[in-house]
Amino acid sequence: MDAKSTPPGTKAPRPRPFSPHIQIYRPQLTSVLSIANRATGVLLSLAAIGLVIWLSAAAAGPEPYAVVQRALVSWTGQVVLFGVTFAFFLHLCGGIRHLVWDTVHGFALRSIYISGWSVVAASAALTVAAWTGGLLVAGWR
Amino acid sequence: MSRRSFRSPLGRAIGLGSAKRGSRHWFAERATAVALVPLTVWFLASIVAHAGSDYTVFTAWLRTPFAAGAMVLLLVALFHHAALGLQVVIEDYVHSSARFAALIAIQLCCYGLSVIGIIAVLRVAFRS
Repeated sequence: MDAKSTPPGTKAPRPRPFSPHIQIYRPQLTSVLSIANRATGVLLSLAAIGLVIWLSAAAAGPEPYAVVQRALVSWTGQVVLFGVTFAFFLHLCGGIRHLVWDTVHGFALRSIYISGWSVVAASAALTVAAWTGGLLVAGWR
Repeated sequence: MSRRSFRSPLGRAIGLGSAKRGSRHWFAERATAVALVPLTVWFLASIVAHAGSDYTVFTAWLRTPFAAGAMVLLLVALFHHAALGLQVVIEDYVHSSARFAALIAIQLCCYGLSVIGIIAVLRVAFRS
């Protein structure tokens, strides 16, 4: 603030402290999950482009579909798909947590931590379950 | 110290949007989220069930009325939800003049991709 903005006869205002920004805080489960929900939302939007490419390839015929399928079963493709699966479950479970909050339930600090760790555990378990299921089904063919 | 404003509360509020539609974005985000819970779980379960299957088996599944219908609903809800969510991300982080262009681009991309996906599903479903 410069002196011009101070009305005559009043004390010069002390510079207001800035709020510490996110990189100063120690990461907490609450903030990390909040950021993760947004980040996975953006990531899943990108994955949705992949979904449209995959469906368009299926509509174009067996050869274009085989090209996309080869990319998906490659090592890189599988690692990306695994990451997207975990991101999906994190966003799904986090989203359900948000829907519960929308009903004005679960706002006690203890409830927030219980639901937070439940989201992490459920996302990890569901990702492992989905991939175990997929690999078993693929193995039977 | 902030300068005192001589504008009335009404004068400051006018032009900032309809007071009746303030919850529209919030509500649409929740409505699409509720729709996406069963749709995405169905989609993932179907993908797991078809792991390792070839083109013929996969398209035979996508041609069934239920799968085609659910896939179209998924594409509608998914890209509507993405458009609403990405809009908030841009509003929060983009403060430059690119903000307006980014907001328009997100809307166009999301609804464009949704239509491309739906047409792909219908092409598979109605192929003779």
